[in-house]
Amino acid sequence: MNNRSDPISTQVEEDDATVPGTPGRRTKPGLARKHLLGIRELSAKEITYLLDTAETFRDISQREIKKVPALRGRTVINLFFEPSTRTRTSFEIAGKRLSADVINISAATSSVTKGETLLDTGHNLEAMGPDLIVIRHPSAGAPHSLARICNAAIINAGDGAHEHPTQALLDALTIRHHKGHVEGLRVAIIGDILHSRVARSNIHLLTKLGAHVTLAGPGTLVPADFAALISAGDAVPGDFGPGSLRLAAKVEEAVEGVDVVMVLRIQRERQGTAFFPSLREYAVHYGLNRERLKRAAPDAIVMHPGPMNRGIEISSDVADGSHSLILDQVANGLAVRMAVLYIFAGGSSTIGATARAEL
Amino acid sequence: MKLLITNGYIIDPTQGINAGKDLLIEDGRVVGFADRGGGAPEDTEVFDATGLVVAPGFIDLHVHLREPGQEYKETIETGAAAAVAGGWTSVCAMPNTDPINDNPAVTQFIIERAARAGLANVFPVGAITKGSSGTELAEMGEMKRAGIVAVTDDGRPVPSAGMMRRAMEYARGFDLTVMDHCEDRSLAAGGVMHEGEWSLRLGLRGIPALAEEIDAMRNCALAELTGARVHLAHISTIGALEAVRRAKSHGLQVTCEVMPHHWSLTDEAVEGYDTNTKMNPPLRSRAHVEAVFEALRDGTIDAIATDHAPHHADEKALEYDHAPFGITGLETGVGLALDRLVHPGIISLERLVELCAVNPARIFNLADRGTLRRGAWGDVTILDPDLDWTFDASHSKSKCRNTPFSGWTMQGAAVATIVGGRIVYRRERVTDPDGAPI
Repeated sequence: MNNRSDPISTQVEEDDATVPGTPGRRTKPGLARKHLLGIRELSAKEITYLLDTAETFRDISQREIKKVPALRGRTVINLFFEPSTRTRTSFEIAGKRLSADVINISAATSSVTKGETLLDTGHNLEAMGPDLIVIRHPSAGAPHSLARICNAAIINAGDGAHEHPTQALLDALTIRHHKGHVEGLRVAIIGDILHSRVARSNIHLLTKLGAHVTLAGPGTLVPADFAALISAGDAVPGDFGPGSLRLAAKVEEAVEGVDVVMVLRIQRERQGTAFFPSLREYAVHYGLNRERLKRAAPDAIVMHPGPMNRGIEISSDVADGSHSLILDQVANGLAVRMAVLYIFAGGSSTIGATARAEL
Repeated sequence: MKLLITNGYIIDPTQGINAGKDLLIEDGRVVGFADRGGGAPEDTEVFDATGLVVAPGFIDLHVHLREPGQEYKETIETGAAAAVAGGWTSVCAMPNTDPINDNPAVTQFIIERAARAGLANVFPVGAITKGSSGTELAEMGEMKRAGIVAVTDDGRPVPSAGMMRRAMEYARGFDLTVMDHCEDRSLAAGGVMHEGEWSLRLGLRGIPALAEEIDAMRNCALAELTGARVHLAHISTIGALEAVRRAKSHGLQVTCEVMPHHWSLTDEAVEGYDTNTKMNPPLRSRAHVEAVFEALRDGTIDAIATDHAPHHADEKALEYDHAPFGITGLETGVGLALDRLVHPGIISLERLVELCAVNPARIFNLADRGTLRRGAWGDVTILDPDLDWTFDASHSKSKCRNTPFSGWTMQGAAVATIVGGRIVYRRERVTDPDGAPI
């Protein structure tokens, strides 16, 4: 958490609340960390705090005037070393709705192509004094390298096959909205687990909040070691019952009776060598279609982090069907990213009061 | 020129000596032992080794000195300085320089440079194949005449079993040990750390233990077929150790070495993405580390080597995926062995001397080394097994600082290094914790 003081916070009346459940209602900041690098190191309490904060920002996006001055005068740099439309746009809109100055840098237009290292790029950006740097990078650990050299708060928007914390948060927010809770839910994650940062962040988040997660996909993309992912080094005591993680041999078995089905994107760009024989075979044996979805609970919800390969990992009738929450996820993504930017820009209780007053 | 090492405790497994004696070296060669307190002959330099262990000079079978071609990482002189500061009297230089040491001209160049540096003995190891390309045999006979002590394509393992068979058959004719970096590249493909729960957790591509194991098994089978002397470099896995154990029980001439980082750290150390935890073979899981301890205990492992692999800070500052493999190791190896193997009782001091001096000399046929017999070279490593010290990479004699061990406190260190009867390194205790070359 940034410990810089906010000059405007002192000018605000604490009891000026008009919106219930705003971040300012908490007297203590919910996070004791400066950067958002992954879900694995977060406690259930911290995750809940982020989700609760996101709830309040959901409301803002429903209003006619969607802009609040919470991050006025703050600078957010979106530093994207990988192509991304959804996540970058989501962070950009989130920053703008909070009145931050948002600068987008993509690897194609930065000096990266001239051979500048990530650390040099980081030092240069740091010299311009941004408050937040949102980074997406094809190499796992790139945000950690930036975090070591930058005073700005680093937000991981996806690093290689490691983590994508805001995606997991928005997925959890979506689940909470439709199921009321995460604890005790049965969740199937289907597809390319091996290369998926979305899967890793979701596995950590869902099990920390007490869900029971089952993974399934081709043997080449669901290594058996995944069963141990949450066993060692992750024992963060939470407020929820113990979650669990297991592997299923078949997609049919994984979706049997589940409350949530998460379908992962087949990431052709991350698969250097062939992990399955053909897209056709993948669709037939591992794709989520109406037939397979029938095995899930009647009120099961279907999620996909996007962008979808229709007809491959998910059939169009499922993607567009009544169980699908894919567009809700996008809307919730905005709320989560507003919450994350707000909190990691230094949204302490006093600044929370500022925002609350200004909302 | 005479040197008398007095009041030390001599450990020389080649003569079964474990006793307090004085050691006299004259004109670069060992003259013999005398009972303590006999006094020094005239014109003799005296080294007081009170409270210290005196052992045959330690030999590191596996270092990368980077010269010729990558002098920005290390030179033979700086590498040799790091070697003697770490207690190694001799180092064996891997051939993956630029140009590769696949011909006698490069071999001679390395030997001349080492002689000019005048610190550690440097024994060049030649390439198995021209350009280490894995396709054509290099001139092993000519390189042997120029001074190589073994052959290897380290860093670029010989991919084809057929080529390796031919190399072993040919090397036999020159009594050259064939050393191999065991790695099946089709299994290791693109990996940057040990494959397991930590690689999955960190989202990094994994190198399965099997990549090493399957190649170690292949090399043991080829050793049986060809009768060659085969040395497996930097072994780190349960299966490769098992393959060596089995080969030895069948009487094959198969030996192996392990690296200090493979018993000091596990793959969990990669968390945080410090590129100084990236080397090949990678840091392994706890089960593999336990297997290394067991193989050190039961004699399966023959040698301790460092795989000293300096890389420039700029290279190591890249993303974990893109940073080069390798860490420096010459100045921390002996400390990590004393601290983590000898003090916990995994091996004895005598076994340490076997692993660092006696066996390495035997594996690469280094005549009159690894022993303190009369007439042997006057190479001596002097240890203070109880010295508490902290390694500070910023004071390293190497050109590079790529080590995960900076700031580590260890019990036990090499405190003086004598090469050919000449004291080339002496750590001043208490007053100068970093030591200074003399």
